[in-house]
Amino acid sequence: MFITYMTKAMDVRSSVFDRELKKGSAELLILSLLEVRARHGYEISQLIEQHSEGTLKFNVASFYPLLYRLEKRRWIEGRWVEKAGQRRRRYYRLTASGKKMLKEQRRTWAEFVEAMRRITGVGQRA
Amino acid sequence: MIDFQQMVRERLRDIGLSPVREAEIVDEVAQHLRDRYESHMSNGASPQEAERQIVAELNEHVLARELRDIERRWSEPVTLGAERPDFWSGLWQDVRYGARVLRLNPGFAAVCVLSLALGVGANTAIFQLIDAVRMRTLPVKDPQELAVIRPDVNARAGRVHGYLPLVTNAMWEQIRARQQGFTGVFAFGYESLNLATGGQERDAHAMWVSGEFFDVLGVQPVLGRVFHREDDHAGCGTPGAVLNYRFWQREYGREANVVGKTVTLEGHAVPIVGVTAASFTGITPGNGFDVALLVCSEPVFEPAPSLYTLPQGWWLAVMGRLKPGWTLERASAQLESISAGIMEETLPPAYQEDNRKKYLSQKLDAYPGATGLSNLRRQYESPLWLLLGIAGLVLVIACANLANLLLARASAREKEIAVRLALGAARGRVVRQLLTESLLLATAGAALGIVLARVLSAALVRYLTTQSGTMFLELGMDWRVLGFTAGLAVLTCVLFGLAPALKATSAAPAAIVSLAGRGLTATRERFSLRRGLVVIQVSLSLVLLVGAVLFVRSLRNILTLDAGFQRDGMVVVDIGYAGLNLPPERRVAFRELLLERVRALPEVTGAADTSIVPVRGFGWQNDVVVGGKESDTFVLESNISPGYFRTTGTPILLGRDFDERDNRQSPKVAIVNEETVKKLFGGDALGKTFQIAADRGEKRYNFQIVGVVRNTKYYDLRENFQPIAFYPEAQDDNPDAETQMMVRSDLDLVAVINEVKAAIAQVDSGISVDFHAYDQQIIKDGLLRERLLATLSSFFGLLAAVLATVGLYGVIAYMVARRTNEIGIRMALGASPRQILAMVVGEAGSLLIVGVMIGTVLAVAAGKSAATLLYGLKPYDPLTLVLAAAGLGAVAIAASLLPARRAAKLEPMVALRDE
Repeated sequence: MFITYMTKAMDVRSSVFDRELKKGSAELLILSLLEVRARHGYEISQLIEQHSEGTLKFNVASFYPLLYRLEKRRWIEGRWVEKAGQRRRRYYRLTASGKKMLKEQRRTWAEFVEAMRRITGVGQRA
Repeated sequence: MIDFQQMVRERLRDIGLSPVREAEIVDEVAQHLRDRYESHMSNGASPQEAERQIVAELNEHVLARELRDIERRWSEPVTLGAERPDFWSGLWQDVRYGARVLRLNPGFAAVCVLSLALGVGANTAIFQLIDAVRMRTLPVKDPQELAVIRPDVNARAGRVHGYLPLVTNAMWEQIRARQQGFTGVFAFGYESLNLATGGQERDAHAMWVSGEFFDVLGVQPVLGRVFHREDDHAGCGTPGAVLNYRFWQREYGREANVVGKTVTLEGHAVPIVGVTAASFTGITPGNGFDVALLVCSEPVFEPAPSLYTLPQGWWLAVMGRLKPGWTLERASAQLESISAGIMEETLPPAYQEDNRKKYLSQKLDAYPGATGLSNLRRQYESPLWLLLGIAGLVLVIACANLANLLLARASAREKEIAVRLALGAARGRVVRQLLTESLLLATAGAALGIVLARVLSAALVRYLTTQSGTMFLELGMDWRVLGFTAGLAVLTCVLFGLAPALKATSAAPAAIVSLAGRGLTATRERFSLRRGLVVIQVSLSLVLLVGAVLFVRSLRNILTLDAGFQRDGMVVVDIGYAGLNLPPERRVAFRELLLERVRALPEVTGAADTSIVPVRGFGWQNDVVVGGKESDTFVLESNISPGYFRTTGTPILLGRDFDERDNRQSPKVAIVNEETVKKLFGGDALGKTFQIAADRGEKRYNFQIVGVVRNTKYYDLRENFQPIAFYPEAQDDNPDAETQMMVRSDLDLVAVINEVKAAIAQVDSGISVDFHAYDQQIIKDGLLRERLLATLSSFFGLLAAVLATVGLYGVIAYMVARRTNEIGIRMALGASPRQILAMVVGEAGSLLIVGVMIGTVLAVAAGKSAATLLYGLKPYDPLTLVLAAAGLGAVAIAASLLPARRAAKLEPMVALRDE
C-alpha cells in the first residue's frame, strides 16, 4: 500500500493527493471535522475545501456515500434538525466508536507522514 | 428553478431503496446541491454555468454505484428476530405455501405427479436393470481385487459347452500352477442338471467350482461347510454339493438338518455338505446357481468323454484375487509371459494345423472382475442403454408438458405475482416460491416413480425370464439408483419449473395489473415459449415413434421371415433316458420305439428325432473335404430320424428322405440344403460325396448325398442361410442317452403334450421329459431382446405421442381462450367460421410441421445408433419415417380440431364481451 502511495506521490507532484490517497484520508478528514461539533454534509464539504485552500474537494456523488458508509459503521450518527427560518438539515456527530477510530487513524497517519518525511525530507525544517 | 430532488431521485431509481430511505437521501443530497448552486451563483456564475457544474458533480453513475454497496436493499425480506436474512430463511414457509397451493388444485397436482411418476419410474426401472447387469459389484469381500483370466483370442474348437466356456480344464490347471500375480485363482462353469428321477424334468442350475472357489471369494457357509482346495482332485466322484441359500429355502424349507441328506441330480444322489450365506447370489449377474459341485465331479454326470478330461473341452471360466500391490497390468504381463508354455503343454492333440496355430497364439490376460462375468451384458447392455435414452426422452417430453401446464397456470396467476412484485417482493424470492412448488411436484413424482420402478423392473425381469433360462438379478435399491432418481427429480424440477417461474416474474407489474384482459389481441411473442415447447415435444415424440416403428417392423421382419420350416403346431420334447442304462448300440432302436408310440397317437400328424432343434441356439459344425481337398467352408450338422422334414414342413427338393435302408451297416449318407449345394458343389450335388475333416488320427467317412432340401435357419432366425448337412441318426456311431423329438399336430398343443407324456411314460416311467411349444417358447424366447425393444419402445413411443398431442391441444386451446376477443373482432368484421377454423388449425399445423421437420433430422441421426439392433431395415427407412410422421400428424391435428371448432362456433358478441 505504501509503495502505491509513494510512487503516485512522486510521479505527479501537482496531484499529490490523488484519488486513492483522498479515499484513504477522507474518512480521517470527516471524523476530524466532527470532533469539535455536529455539522451537516454541506458544511463538512465546504470546510474541507476551505481549510485545504482548494487542494481537497469532494464530489457530491462520492461524498454522501462516504458519509453513509461511516454512519453504517456506527462511527458517526446523523439526525435531522429543523431550525427556525432555516431549511431542515441532517447533522452528523461523532459516536464513541468514531472517536476511538479517529484516534487510531490519527496515529497511523502520523506514522505514515513521519516515515515519508524521514525518507523524502519533505516537511523538514531547514 | 431546477428540480434538484428529481435530479437525485432519477439517479437512485434502479437501486431499489425503501421509499423512506430514498426520500431521506433525496432530501439531503438535493439540499446540498441547492447550496452548491447558490454558492456558484453568488460567485458570479450564470444559471446555466451553475447547473452544468452541479450536473458534472453529480456524475452519472457514481452515486448509484456507491450507494448500492452501502445501502441494504429494501426488497429483501427481513425475518424478524433472525440474525440476517439468508437463502434458507422462509424456505419452510415456501414449502407450506406451495403445498397449500397444490392442495387447492388437486387435478393439476395429480396430472403433474402422475406424468412425472411415469417418466421417473420408467427411467429408474431401466436404470435399475443396468445397475444390476452392469455396475453392481459382486456380493463378496473386496470385489475390486477380483480379476477375470481369459485368453485374448477365441481359439475354441471341439466341444464348447455351458454359459461361459472360456478355457479347458487342462488350461485351468496350468494357470493355477503357474500364475504368480494372485493370492488365489478359481475356476467355475455352469450346467443344467435334472432334479427329477423320471417324468417331467426339473432343472437345477448347477455351478461347477474348483476347490478354491469359496475360499478365494471369501464366501462363508450358514450351515455345514464349503469346498476347499484339498477336496478337488481327479477321480473325486461326488463328495458333496453346496446349496445356495435360496435353493435351500425353496426346496428344503430351510430345514436345519439338511447337511448329510442328499440331493438327486440326473439320478445321482449327492450328499449335501453345506449351504452358502444368503448374501452370496453367485458371480455371474443374470445367471445364478442352485447347487455348487466340484469340477472333478463332472465325469460322474458326463460319462466318457467327459469335459473334465477332454483336451478340447471348453467349459470353464477362471477368476482370481490380485496379490496386494499387484495391478491388473502387472498380473497380465506375468500371465502373458507364461501363456506360451501353458498353450504348448495343453494343446489338444486332435487339433488340425489351423486350430493348432490359433490355439498356440493365445495369450492370457487379466481383466477387471469386480462386477463378475456375464453374458447378459453383451446381450442386453446396448438395448438397455438405448431404452434408458428413450425413457429419458419421454421424461423430457413429460417435463415440457408440465412446463406448458405451469406456464398456463403462471399466466392465470400473473396478477397474483404482479401484486406480490408490486408490493415489493424480490423477483428471486418469487422465483424461489414458484420453484418450491415445482420441487414439491418433482419430489412427489419421484417418490411415486420409485414405487412404480419396483413394479416395472420386476415385470421386466419376468419378461426376460424364459422357460429355459431363469434370470437371477438382484434388483435392490442401492445408492446409485437412489442417486439417479434424486438427480432426475431435481433435473425435472429445473426443466419444467424454471422457465415458467422466470417468465412469470419477468413482466413489469404495472403492465399486468393494468391489463384488464379486454380489447387486447394476444401477440405471438406471448406464446413463443409455449410454442417452442410444443415443437420440442412434437420433434422428440416423432423420434420415439420412429424408433418404435423401426423396432416393431424389425421384429415383424424376423417373425415373418421364411425360416424354411413351419413354426407353428410343433412341440419339442427333450427326452432323457440315461437312468435306463441302455448300451449305445440299443439306443437308436429305443428312440425308434418311442417315435412309433408317439406317431401312433391320433392327435399327432408327424414326429421325428433330431440332435439339433433349429434356432434353439445350439449347434455343431465341421470343416468339409470335397474331392480330397479341404474346403474353406464348413457345414452345420444335425442327426435326424426319418420323417424329420415331413414333421418340420421343410420340402425335399431332390432325392429322398432317410429310411430303413440307412443303418449302421450301410454306406454313410447325407441330405444337404441348397446352400451346401451352392457353396460346395456349384451345381448338381445329388449322388456326390464329401468327407468331414475328422480329428487327427480319426477315420474320415465318405458321405453320399441322397437328398437336397430347402434352406433352413440353424442357430438363429437373424442369420443368413448357411450350408447344413443332415445325417441319419441310425448311422450315429455313439448315440447319446438323450434326444429331442419334434412333434407336429393340428390340435391344441396342451392336449398333445399330455398324450405324448402318457405315451412315453408307458414305455418306461424312468424316462425324463420336458416340453416346449416350438413357436411360443423356443422361437419367441430366442427373440427376447427384439421383443423387449419393440414392446418397450412402442409403449414409450405411444406415451410420447399422447403427451405431445396433449401438449399441442393445451397450447391451441389456451391460444383460443386468450384470443377470444380477437376472434370476436374478426368475426364481427366478417370472418366466416371456416376461416376461423382454418386459422386455428393452421396454427397447430405450423407447429406440427416445424416439429416434424426437426424430429425427422433427429430421428435419422438417432437411428444410426440403433442400426445394429435392427433386422432387414435401414435406420433411415423412409416408409417408417412417413408412417410415424403421418400418424403423429393425424392425431395432433385431430386434437387441435376440438379447440378450433370451439373457436369457430363462438358468437361474435359473446366473444367481444369476454374478459
